[in-house]
Amino acid sequence: MPEIVVISGKGGTGKTSVTAALAHLAEQPIICDLDVDAPDLHLLLQPRSRRQEEFRSGFEAAIDPLACQGCGECQTRCRYGAITPKGEIYAADPFRCEGCKVCVQFCPAQAIAFNERHCGRWQISDTRLGAMVHAQLFPGQENSGRLVALLRQQAKALAKARGQALILCDGAPGIGCPVISSLSGVDLAVAVCEPTPSGLHDLERVAQLCEHFRVPVAVIINKHDLSPDRTREIEDLCRLRRMPLVAQLPFDEAVVKAMLAGQAVTEYDDGPISQGLTQAWQAIQALTRDRRAA
Amino acid sequence: MIIAVASGKGGTGKTTVSASLAQVWGAPVVAVDLDVEEPNLHLFLRPEINSRQQAWLEVPRVVEGACTACGACSELCQFKAISLLGEVLLTFPEMCHGCGGCLAVCPSGALAPDRRELGEILWGRAGEICFLSGQLRVGEAMSPPLMRQVRQALGALLAAAGRDAIIDSPPGVSCPAVSAVMDADAILLVTEPTPFGLHDLALAREAFTPLGKPLAVAINRAGLGDDRVREFCQRENLPILVEIPFARQAAEAYARGQVLASVSDEYRQLFSQLAQDMRQLAAGEPARERLAAHA
Repeated sequence: MPEIVVISGKGGTGKTSVTAALAHLAEQPIICDLDVDAPDLHLLLQPRSRRQEEFRSGFEAAIDPLACQGCGECQTRCRYGAITPKGEIYAADPFRCEGCKVCVQFCPAQAIAFNERHCGRWQISDTRLGAMVHAQLFPGQENSGRLVALLRQQAKALAKARGQALILCDGAPGIGCPVISSLSGVDLAVAVCEPTPSGLHDLERVAQLCEHFRVPVAVIINKHDLSPDRTREIEDLCRLRRMPLVAQLPFDEAVVKAMLAGQAVTEYDDGPISQGLTQAWQAIQALTRDRRAA
Repeated sequence: MIIAVASGKGGTGKTTVSASLAQVWGAPVVAVDLDVEEPNLHLFLRPEINSRQQAWLEVPRVVEGACTACGACSELCQFKAISLLGEVLLTFPEMCHGCGGCLAVCPSGALAPDRRELGEILWGRAGEICFLSGQLRVGEAMSPPLMRQVRQALGALLAAAGRDAIIDSPPGVSCPAVSAVMDADAILLVTEPTPFGLHDLALAREAFTPLGKPLAVAINRAGLGDDRVREFCQRENLPILVEIPFARQAAEAYARGQVLASVSDEYRQLFSQLAQDMRQLAAGEPARERLAAHA
């Protein structure tokens, strides 16, 4: 079944608004929010939770203050600056600890416990636009690709169980671990880009990343009317990198109004932006069909 | 004095605020881009880059013929970066976090240090502003190790001269975002008055409060959505130091690559006031709330 992920490189270009609209137009796909750090899609879809699970991943060091003899071996060994003196003894900072276990291994007093990290929660929910798999990392946790991979696995299982043909994912900003984890093996990445210096710069990096992992990219330019010059530069980049440009959306306050109403913008009205998104959806369907056929 | 500009949600205007603050700071300042995955500050400050250095992470390499297949390294490694397959030791450098555990635990000298490229660190100058940035190599998954090295470089810059620093942080509230604000004396959270802005501001407040640093809020595109961000800030005692009014003129200037503080006298004054208020906040003085008259 096709799996499509909406990404952008730069944050705040409209990934989540686009994903919600595509979910509406796709008629009951499996929906997956892969921005587990700062997820927002649920604000538009109002999910009703059917299943909730804890997410545990990795470990963290905890020094027993009674057993610590203050030798400082742990501090010397730690490459993350996670261990600091606290009076005569030492303490580990969970924000800095990467869970490598080196301090635990080399502590001569065996004073360091290695506790599993409870990093977040994931769930499967029903929404009016389709079943949804989503999660929330606890603040400050490592934004691991593991949770992203787990959500994608769950979405696939759900799609199979329900005989659904499409998985639609809202991706995270950036080009690091969670984004890489959301890209592997997908049929199409839809990059939402705005015509600004940052938008163009970040699209270029995310396009390089997709090329690196051999994922085809389609581009949506959001708020194209803000800068005709930058829009032309994005068009040039799309031609150069052979990325089909599937829509140019105008700046439209309907996006914020739909957000305030808790709706996808295509549910909210059928103004210029909704028409652009409908056209984008048709082009995306054609692209995934062609790719399947090839 | 170090000021971190952060946000839960991406695209709220961190870079706009960071660049503007740096321009009006009025004292020697380093503008630092710690959003190493998608660094953008240079696009607005347009610094002249006078030095760049590749950043590396130490990873293990197998020394041919020395391994006794004892398995101590693969047992210790928490990141599946080294694995004993029968009698053969394999390394997966891209998984490695560079903790050095395998090298330290190996009893037979079968592992030697090698390195993986993380990206680049850049030093430059934009007029009076000193510029520092990290750029993650495309394809590299881990941003925290590069961010650590940029923070070390910042430490060296600040130790050498009496300068302040303004940090442009990555979006989100997970490990990279928290590590970007770790050295700051005060944190400015940039948000927008929309449901997404509010939700991610609440996450950011939850993530950054345990650090025990003074927090304040800048509302960008004020007047666009509703008043719930204001109400939230009042309820949570988060001072709103500036509301930047929503204006197409600002969005178009941004699209041209202009720093907002240089667009008009009004914007310049708005950011000069913000700079003064952030200084006070970082010095531990109470913050004065400044709301725009739109609502």
